[in-house]
Amino acid sequence: MSALAEPRAPRAAQPAKDPVLEIKNLSVDYGYDEPTHVLRQVSLTLNRGEVLGLAGESGCGKSTLAYAATRLLPPPGLITGGQVLFTGRDGAKQDILALNDKDLRASRWQDMAIVFQGAMNSLNPVHRIGRQIADAITAHVPSMGKKDALDKAADLLDLVGINPDRLRDFPHQLSGGMRQRVMIAMALALDPQVLIMDEPTTALDVVMQRQIVEQIADLRERLGFSVIFITHDVSLLIEIADRIAIMYAGEIVEEAAAQDVYRRPRHPYADGLLHSFPPLRGPRRELGGIAGSPPDMAKLPTGCPFRPRCAFAFDACSAIQPELAPSAVPGDDPTRRVACHLHTPDLVTAAGFEPRPLPERLTTP
Amino acid sequence: MRFFLRRGIFYLITFWAAMTINFFIPRIMPGDPVSAMLARNQGKISPDAIEALKALFGLDENMSLWQQYTTYWSLLLHGNLGMSFTNREPVVDILARSLPWTIGLVGIATIISFTVGTLAGTAIGWRRGTRADILLPISTFFSSVPYFWLALIIISIFSVNLGWFPSNGSYDRSMVPNWSWEFVGSVIYYGTLPALTIIITSISGWILGMRNMMVTVSSDDYVTVAQAKGLSERKVMFGYASRNAILPQLSSFALSLGFIVGGTLVMETVFSYQGIGYHLLTATSNKDYPLMQGCFLVITVAVLLANICADFAYGVLDPRTRQEG
Repeated sequence: MSALAEPRAPRAAQPAKDPVLEIKNLSVDYGYDEPTHVLRQVSLTLNRGEVLGLAGESGCGKSTLAYAATRLLPPPGLITGGQVLFTGRDGAKQDILALNDKDLRASRWQDMAIVFQGAMNSLNPVHRIGRQIADAITAHVPSMGKKDALDKAADLLDLVGINPDRLRDFPHQLSGGMRQRVMIAMALALDPQVLIMDEPTTALDVVMQRQIVEQIADLRERLGFSVIFITHDVSLLIEIADRIAIMYAGEIVEEAAAQDVYRRPRHPYADGLLHSFPPLRGPRRELGGIAGSPPDMAKLPTGCPFRPRCAFAFDACSAIQPELAPSAVPGDDPTRRVACHLHTPDLVTAAGFEPRPLPERLTTP
Repeated sequence: MRFFLRRGIFYLITFWAAMTINFFIPRIMPGDPVSAMLARNQGKISPDAIEALKALFGLDENMSLWQQYTTYWSLLLHGNLGMSFTNREPVVDILARSLPWTIGLVGIATIISFTVGTLAGTAIGWRRGTRADILLPISTFFSSVPYFWLALIIISIFSVNLGWFPSNGSYDRSMVPNWSWEFVGSVIYYGTLPALTIIITSISGWILGMRNMMVTVSSDDYVTVAQAKGLSERKVMFGYASRNAILPQLSSFALSLGFIVGGTLVMETVFSYQGIGYHLLTATSNKDYPLMQGCFLVITVAVLLANICADFAYGVLDPRTRQEG
């Protein structure tokens, strides 16, 4: 095991605020006549050089967020509002959602590249992998000849630990792990600043998962891109991510440094999520799991969507919708945010309810 | 390369099997062709001719089945398919005369239909959910109209009422067939209506098949990846989506190529087009066994050849098929 195996402390050397991607109030509906609101006013900031983990149960909107931010949402998905601001190396900001087709095509892969969930199906079965990497390069750098693009592709394969001889292989000649490496190599072809990885290791066995995750961390160190890492595997995130955002029912419910989320979860859902898998090291703790199942997005209850499954719910939770706000636990990192009424007594009082004290479980120092 | 060799051997064996069945079919039919012919000609055939005919059919009782079989093959490989009863000329000559017409007309019509249909299907599938979808029910309607009936309607509209095109034949009978522009023009002129019938009835299959495959393939991950890579719309559509969607189309195309020779019987009859189908029909109604056998041979070989082409094209286009045998 490498140094990665040991959970890392948050990077001290990280510059305080240098956002490369800012998602502001992004909303997405599925369907046109009676739309289901699958993303509701999601805001998220990715800083330069950072690995941001996005976790949550299936169907909570993680992948939708990735697709919407890159405008790859298939119909009937519809972005109904918000902004996705990308800051280039020169400091110029542009709203991805407002780009015209031509600029969007130019921006894709160059600014933000994506590694998709299905490593098995992400490669075109009828083209050699070298050609598939090269066509991304030539599409953006037309001056580069086919030969040069293929040489670059060979270097990229080498970068992810695949023998460049494999350039002339077809996807079906590669194993699942190799295909995912090829996808990572392809994603790095144009030296993007942001890499979105949508469950890149889900279809792989644990050994391969580990290798891929280490590879990503290693490449990030060397190349300095930022990563949005989407997964439902929180234990994996804790090892790779600097910051973690937890999603529930199309909203972000908690966002904090990885170690803070791991050791000191403040939202009841994040707490439940962390108690649903055994920690690899450290003291044993009781496994709980979260009772119930995620809500039907078409029929969300009023107030907090997590209320029906929450052990700490009280009368205010069914009446008003919680908002992301700083944690109410004294001594917490002021930048961490939680969407829970237990942390916003002022809001609860303003709505005419009696605020509740934070339960001991959610106040671990 | 081993893939192509293996397929080649496979087709050789298939050809042998088809030809052997072709040899046995006349021999297991009730009665024998010679007595059938005698009955039809009511004793107008001399006894000498009977012997000659029997020898011609390989019905010589002095020969063992094995001898007959080897003779059959040697004749076949020498391109000797016997004499037609009704036309009193070698079957090979009849086939050589009619085959180019059928292949020319139906082949070109099928290729046009496939190309246009596949392109239309690509476009409709790519822009699914738009107004282009209206082409689907229209083309499906035309394809469900019976073939011969549509042919008659087309004749009545374009030939009888409007008088734009001739109603039958394959070229102006006052001309002598040669390679002049005038003659070729006449062939195209006479071939328009039959070709139109074939295209109208077959195109919806291509449109529908391609459109559905495009819809399926468009939602595949690699197409999304191609979009995410920022490739041009054209490149995603042709290099990624339709490049994969066309694979199943290809097998259907090969099958339809095989049926070109045999499947146009009705069309050639309605339009009195002197192709293979026309001869097959007359041969069948006149119990002209050598000609029938010759037609079947051509059909079998055509199906095999078309399949070989499709197989090899598939091997070239889809690397996955080259793997296992």
